Amino acid sequence: MSLESAATIAAPVSRPNAPPKMQGEKVGVFYGEKQALFDVDLKIEQFNVTSLIGPSGCGKSTFLRSLNRMNDTIDGCRVVGKITLDHDDIYDPAIDVVELRARVGMVFQKPNPFPKSIYENVAYGPKIHGIARNKADLDEIVHSSLRRAGLWNEVKDRLQEPGTGLSGGQQQRLCIARAIATKPEVLLMDEPCSALDPIATAVIEELIDELRENFTIVIVTHSMQQAARVSQKTAFFHLGKLIEEGKTEDIFTNPKNKQTQDYITGRIG
Amino acid sequence: MSAGWVVAIVLAIGALAYFFAAQRARVQRDGTDRAKEVPHSLPTYHGWLAFIFATVPALLVYLVVSSVSAGLLDSRIRSEVTAHIADPAAASLSIGIVRNASNALTQLDLSGPNVPTSYAALRDMAKSAGITLADSGEDYMVPLAAGVNADAGVHKLIGQGLTLLLSLAGAAFAYSRIRLRLRARNQVERVVLCSLLGASTVAILTTVGIILSMLGETIHFFSEVDPLTFFFGTVWDPRFAAAGSSGSEGQFGLIPLLMGTLYIALVSMLFAVPVGLMAAVYMGEYASNRVRSTVKPLLELLAGIPTIVYGIFAVVTLGPFFRDLSAALAGGFSFIQAQSVFTAGIVMGVMLIPVVSSLSDDVITAVPRAMRDGSLALGATRSETIRKVILPAALPGIVGALLLTASRAIGETMIVVLAAGVAARINFNPFEAMTTITVKIVNQLTGDLEFNSPQTLVAFALGLTLFTLTLGMNVYALYIVRKYREQYE
Amino acid sequence: MTDAALPHAAVASTAPARRDFGLKRRHAAERRFRLYGVAAIVIGLGFLAVLLVSIVGKGYTAFVQTSITVPVEFSAEIIDKDNERATNPRVLVSANYPVIARNAVAKALGVATDDKAAMRDIAKFVSDGSRSTLREIVVNDPSVIGTTRNVTLLAAADIDSANKGQIDLTVPESKRKVSDRQVAWLDQLKQQGAVSTPFNWGLITFGASSRPETAGLGVALVGSLYMMAIVLLCALPIGVAASIYLEEFAKKNRFTDFIEVNINNLAAVPSIVFGLLGLAVFINFFGLPRSAPIVGGLVLTLMTLPTIIIATRAALRSVPPSIRSAALGIGASRMQMVFDHVLPLAMPGILTGTIIGLARALGETAPLLLIGMVAFVADRPTTPLDPATALPVQIYMWANEAERAFVERTSGAIMVLLLFLALMNLAAILLRRRFERRW
Repeated sequence: MSLESAATIAAPVSRPNAPPKMQGEKVGVFYGEKQALFDVDLKIEQFNVTSLIGPSGCGKSTFLRSLNRMNDTIDGCRVVGKITLDHDDIYDPAIDVVELRARVGMVFQKPNPFPKSIYENVAYGPKIHGIARNKADLDEIVHSSLRRAGLWNEVKDRLQEPGTGLSGGQQQRLCIARAIATKPEVLLMDEPCSALDPIATAVIEELIDELRENFTIVIVTHSMQQAARVSQKTAFFHLGKLIEEGKTEDIFTNPKNKQTQDYITGRIG
Repeated sequence: MSAGWVVAIVLAIGALAYFFAAQRARVQRDGTDRAKEVPHSLPTYHGWLAFIFATVPALLVYLVVSSVSAGLLDSRIRSEVTAHIADPAAASLSIGIVRNASNALTQLDLSGPNVPTSYAALRDMAKSAGITLADSGEDYMVPLAAGVNADAGVHKLIGQGLTLLLSLAGAAFAYSRIRLRLRARNQVERVVLCSLLGASTVAILTTVGIILSMLGETIHFFSEVDPLTFFFGTVWDPRFAAAGSSGSEGQFGLIPLLMGTLYIALVSMLFAVPVGLMAAVYMGEYASNRVRSTVKPLLELLAGIPTIVYGIFAVVTLGPFFRDLSAALAGGFSFIQAQSVFTAGIVMGVMLIPVVSSLSDDVITAVPRAMRDGSLALGATRSETIRKVILPAALPGIVGALLLTASRAIGETMIVVLAAGVAARINFNPFEAMTTITVKIVNQLTGDLEFNSPQTLVAFALGLTLFTLTLGMNVYALYIVRKYREQYE
Repeated sequence: MTDAALPHAAVASTAPARRDFGLKRRHAAERRFRLYGVAAIVIGLGFLAVLLVSIVGKGYTAFVQTSITVPVEFSAEIIDKDNERATNPRVLVSANYPVIARNAVAKALGVATDDKAAMRDIAKFVSDGSRSTLREIVVNDPSVIGTTRNVTLLAAADIDSANKGQIDLTVPESKRKVSDRQVAWLDQLKQQGAVSTPFNWGLITFGASSRPETAGLGVALVGSLYMMAIVLLCALPIGVAASIYLEEFAKKNRFTDFIEVNINNLAAVPSIVFGLLGLAVFINFFGLPRSAPIVGGLVLTLMTLPTIIIATRAALRSVPPSIRSAALGIGASRMQMVFDHVLPLAMPGILTGTIIGLARALGETAPLLLIGMVAFVADRPTTPLDPATALPVQIYMWANEAERAFVERTSGAIMVLLLFLALMNLAAILLRRRFERRW
């Protein structure tokens, strides 16, 4: 495990003076009576990849899902504290959750294409959000999204075939294409490579690095190498608390906290 | 303008509203820069919202006005007729005549000065147009009918005007408030959600409808017949009285019917439970995949056959067969009657075999594999495992399943109507005919009926008894089965 | 279990110490237990076989109908004695056609028309339905009057039975419905080649009739068709809407629980109770007409709803949650998620459940008896508000008829009903096979 070398691949693009794209202040999440997340303060910088790491059950996915209110779909789930997107409180009752999710897209752990054609998969988001004005527009969005997701060359001749017929890695890139087709500002990725083989993983990681130019990305990952390879900022969660956050290279080379140190050296997790 | 036209016009207004609203939203959307301001909803949602505004309030108001109008007209007829006639029975007859007269006036298109002055004249005019009116009308009814028609016309005008106005106003309102950031989608979705909720309350309304309708008639019945003689009476002899004569009192004893019902259900369960249970066990534990995949659907065919077919099978084939068989066995004397508890019970039992076997199959497969493996690993044979481990573990579930089956047997109608006979008597010989609650409900309510006599009302009391009985069994059975399932989850 | 059959004694003899597990007895018990299982299945399937054989055996003859083709003389003397059809067309309708039919058969048999006794037997030889057959010919084309042409007439039900060999000729003549003379005539006509047994279209086109040979399922089929259409139009949308609400939107609370309890109980309420509901609510309260398919359809709708709701909810539940989060994740609203993704995927399951519910509704009899579908309806209904009967009710009514020929028709009608049910279930199975999706 060569953490140092891995960390240096991702060039830091921190712009310290730019305002954060998203910001969580004292975020807590309850599932019924049980509190799963405690007082998380985290800034998500624009056009950066922020990775959330930590052992299973540490609350990193919970935090991620609270960023586009996917937690709303779970009965009895309650979020306290404040999360802003460009200074707007996303839990404000005046916010339409559907619009929020159009701006903060999500890619899931297991590839979950709709059992429809590849074209329909990508076109669905633009259609419901009224992004395309006509068929040519829609075609253009679908094509460019597939191109950006690095899938175009593999599927350009079979856009009408079902998306479920693709391989696992292709399916996940299809899901990424589907997510970026609505032109979100932030892209949330919940362990996007955990169901994939190493080669497919490498392709996706490369893709994430390219997407960073246009999107702000938050990724939950189990693999520290992956966090080191793709992200500029890393946040370490443990037992529902945010233990440490900072530049990825700092976290991996010079963690301030003992628990972080234990985790990245493999003693907990 | 008929109600159909009003609805059609309102829907047409709605369609236009949809079209123009969507168009307006589209224009607004195309006129703005997405980077500066993002439209909230797709144009189609604006269209649907306008459609809803144009149709829903208008149609609701139309419904309300129509029913209020019907109530007003009804009470006007009633009050004027009762002013002439005191006797309630005669009054209700006269109210009917007035209604018919006013219908006739409408059909003949008579109003104002054209209305004839005497009832006889009206009747003759109606007759020449092919409309028959009752003979016993009186002259005061004609102006009343005409007046009611005039009222109805006014009400109709008000209702239709209000409806159309409201529809247009709704459309205009919805059109005027179209903005880029209007949350049209959320509002449309709220309306859809309300209709989904409405659909799911149909189940409640049905139950309420069943209980209220039967309760009302049953109370009516008990006002004429003492509940004690109904519930504890041992003689069933309703004696259909000739219409009008009130001299002949029937006897409405529930006991013989209840006994017949339970007896036949018992016979059918005695037949169906061992067969169904053993079939389920064999199919679940012994049968090869190939046998199972052919035998199971075949047995399920038995569940798909309508009960009328079983009933006819009992009457045409099995009943005569048992009768002839018993005659052959007893040397000429057929001790099994063609219609008997035994025949009905066996045929109903055949119908219940797949019910028992599929319910107990569910229950048996819910027993965890580990239990079965544990027993087999101790060296128990398969049948020992089934008898000593699986069946006892599944017992509560099986009891629940049997209760559900029994409630089916109690509520079954067509088989017993055809195979059990109509003789209401208390009798313990299974080879003779008995009758059931369901048979008597059918008997009392088929043919020409006079709705307010105890002879027909008793059917509702029987129905309510049946409903309560089966409801109790079902609720308890579902409760047991759920508890049982939770235990293994 | 196959190892039960192994020779245990041989295994035991090699064992160091022989312990008694009572194996012989236990294996015998095992075999017995298995036998019970086999017996149970044999009993079940045996009854199925007997039932089907008895119905088909009694009913298949109902699908053919003995007919007699004879030259019929459309005598102007009888039809229009005073030659006034040009001015009064009603004479053609009210003419004495049975006499024409009778004379035609008598002529074919060589019986003198003034032999009163023989003519009475001949009158019972052809169906009374020949009246309308001949009338139709004459009314459609009055120019046949005065000519002779070959017409195929229905044989009377008893003659039909005799021709199908259902009448025991060893019984003394006075105790059977067909006289020796009629049997001889039948043979005579057969030799002339005048008797044929074509497919009995009348069975599925005629309405109610007190004469078996002109009684058919026409009205019942139309009535059942209307009712199925009403059930489909009402129960499917309401059932799907209710299921969507309960499965996708309802919060877990008392009210939702109450709805669920209601649905589960309605599924187990005896069908006759729904008939009482229909009588009290639809007919007495809302004043809908008795015997009308609309009332039957509504009653069956309420009965079918729980079936459809239970099937739809199962189908919705089988759509994996990942599809739901995928849709929500790109900003679809819950409504869009349901209607764009979940519902289309659940559709095959929903339709399968609906077809099975419809099949059950089609065979349902008891509630229809209470709302007055037991009626003698000769003309096919044109709207769902007209009186009609239903297929199973027609079967019930025929089963109560005394005449022998109705027994055959009852079983024939059951075959028609079972055929429809088989087709519907087949459709459901094919649908399931075709669209079954494994996640």
